[in-house]
Amino acid sequence: MSTLKTVLGSAVLVGLLSSAAFAQAINDRYGFGTKVDPAELSGFFAIPPDGRGLPPGSGTGTQGAKVFAENCAACHGDKLEGNPAKGIGGDKLIGGRGSLATKTPVKTVESYWPYATTLFDYVKRAMPFSAPGSLKNDEVYAVVAYILSEGKIIKPTDTVNAETLPKIAMPNKDGFVPDPRPELQLYH
Amino acid sequence: MKSDGHAVYDEKSRRMVEQMILAEQRHIAQRQQEDCDCKDGMFPRAAITDRRKFLFAAGSLAGVVGSGGFAHAADNKAPPGAFHFDVPDDPTKEQGRGVAADGGYGSRSQFETEVRWRYPTANDITSWSMTPLEKGLGNLTPSGLHFERHHGGIPTIDPARHSLIVHGMVDTAKKFSMTDIKRFPAVTRKHFIECSGNGLTEWNKPTLKTVQGTHGLLSTSEWTGVPFATIAREVGLQTDAKWVLAEGADAAVMTRSIPMEKMLKDAMITYGQNGEALRPEQGYPLRLLLPGYEGNTHIKWLRRLEVSDKPFMTREETSKYTDLLGDGKARIFTLEMDAKSVITFPSGDMKLPGAGFYNIQGLAWSGRGRIQSVDVSVDGGKTWYPARIDSTPEPICTVRFSFPWVWDGKPAILQSRCIDDTGYVQPTLKQLIAIRGSNGPFGSIYHLNAIQSWAVNETGDVANVHA
Repeated sequence: MSTLKTVLGSAVLVGLLSSAAFAQAINDRYGFGTKVDPAELSGFFAIPPDGRGLPPGSGTGTQGAKVFAENCAACHGDKLEGNPAKGIGGDKLIGGRGSLATKTPVKTVESYWPYATTLFDYVKRAMPFSAPGSLKNDEVYAVVAYILSEGKIIKPTDTVNAETLPKIAMPNKDGFVPDPRPELQLYH
Repeated sequence: MKSDGHAVYDEKSRRMVEQMILAEQRHIAQRQQEDCDCKDGMFPRAAITDRRKFLFAAGSLAGVVGSGGFAHAADNKAPPGAFHFDVPDDPTKEQGRGVAADGGYGSRSQFETEVRWRYPTANDITSWSMTPLEKGLGNLTPSGLHFERHHGGIPTIDPARHSLIVHGMVDTAKKFSMTDIKRFPAVTRKHFIECSGNGLTEWNKPTLKTVQGTHGLLSTSEWTGVPFATIAREVGLQTDAKWVLAEGADAAVMTRSIPMEKMLKDAMITYGQNGEALRPEQGYPLRLLLPGYEGNTHIKWLRRLEVSDKPFMTREETSKYTDLLGDGKARIFTLEMDAKSVITFPSGDMKLPGAGFYNIQGLAWSGRGRIQSVDVSVDGGKTWYPARIDSTPEPICTVRFSFPWVWDGKPAILQSRCIDDTGYVQPTLKQLIAIRGSNGPFGSIYHLNAIQSWAVNETGDVANVHA
């Protein structure tokens, strides 16, 4: 049975059976849901690598040190080394650069993450763990700058904002390849 | 089979593996508190859990305690999901409980004790639990035993206040209430969901003992919901729309980018699971279902779909669910779950009481289509025999298989391998490591779909081995 494009409210009748009583209106649009006002979307975000949707605000690593100490260090360690303790379990954030092809790979923001925008998105989205989404945009920019500067990707004095963040080249930006599966070697 | 590379885990993964070993040991020890009376003849050495160990949230149950025997519910002797009742000497000589005395929603027998067990992450808010596959019957997973993986705990969501917003590269951004969504024509399909981390402990050496530990991040349900394609027409897709970001309403505000091709092929906006509303831990009231894709992409507590021309490169799809290879490169967007099978009976930590007939049973599944056939070997893969397919193969759904085996009492190694309808043959671990590199386990924490081996020794003990 093919579907027919119809304008909402003026259904095209298709005689499926000879009896008109069984005629069926076929819609491919139902008109359910309500239009979203742009203002309703203001609370949502997802930041792709080109930085689309980054909010106003800025911060430096120097400013971010305080934000980190107050909001992040308890789980991620004073030196960003992570904390595996019971009830905590925060990831290690820096180090491991050059380790990915070795027998002891260490995956951190510094060594593994391909985009700095992802770090901003994730911190604003889900951190700190005890109060997700509670940091102001300036604080997010600052703490992102702090993590990147501790990872020696930028300088502590560099300003991170909507313009500069997408331009930061992460050490492992070229480290990802598309999925080649199904693996041809399995068809030898 | 020995892996030729010296497989290593990074520090965090190693801790994870160690913790999983401990968690499984605790779970097994709890089962062994009471000696097995081997009521099933051949099942786990300690199948009977000490029911008194399961402390019920009695307070929450008190509300449904009605007439008759349910007064016993508060005495805390029943396993999770059950009420305790005294067993009469002869149930034919006294009346049983009244109809609907349970308050109108049933419970399982107090004699059935299987439970999910949780991987003891440092923090139980971001953690996972495993389905007891060795106790599963048939093909579907009971909703209460469906594996879990949460990154920010299980949110409590009032469906009256929940909505799905669809926006981005669409003609008309729209918000759909739960009522709106349920007005659309729905489809009902059986599909498995498997976490791509299923088996992550098993790359290097046989690590966990039970099939719950090695394969328990797999569950199958009947799902009901609206095809995304229907919603797409409702909002109108723009021509450059190639990806969709799905976002959850949990504390992790979980996000994944999904190719539009997949969304339009078979993605479902689900609200039903096994004939009732989704369980809270499975995404109530709304979950994105992506048949055959890794579990993390099936966004729970779905609140937003943002249509885009490019993927968003979220934290999960870049830094977590990517597969590091031996050369230091990592595969990204490894979304499909390849064909896989496992024998669930007999399986690790069981004991066969003696030589004789055993109906080997297991599950097979593929994220790329239907299971075409399953083979079983009892000699470590030297010879293979076709298994019986015991349930109707459906696309991207588990099938149950079996194989009649007369054990001669000598050491045996049991394996299964499946072929899906694309012609893909489930590989060996050695084959996977040869492709993905010698730092395999770290690189390939995810997507281990290798043939599983269970060794049976002369005394009938069944153990997880690499063979």
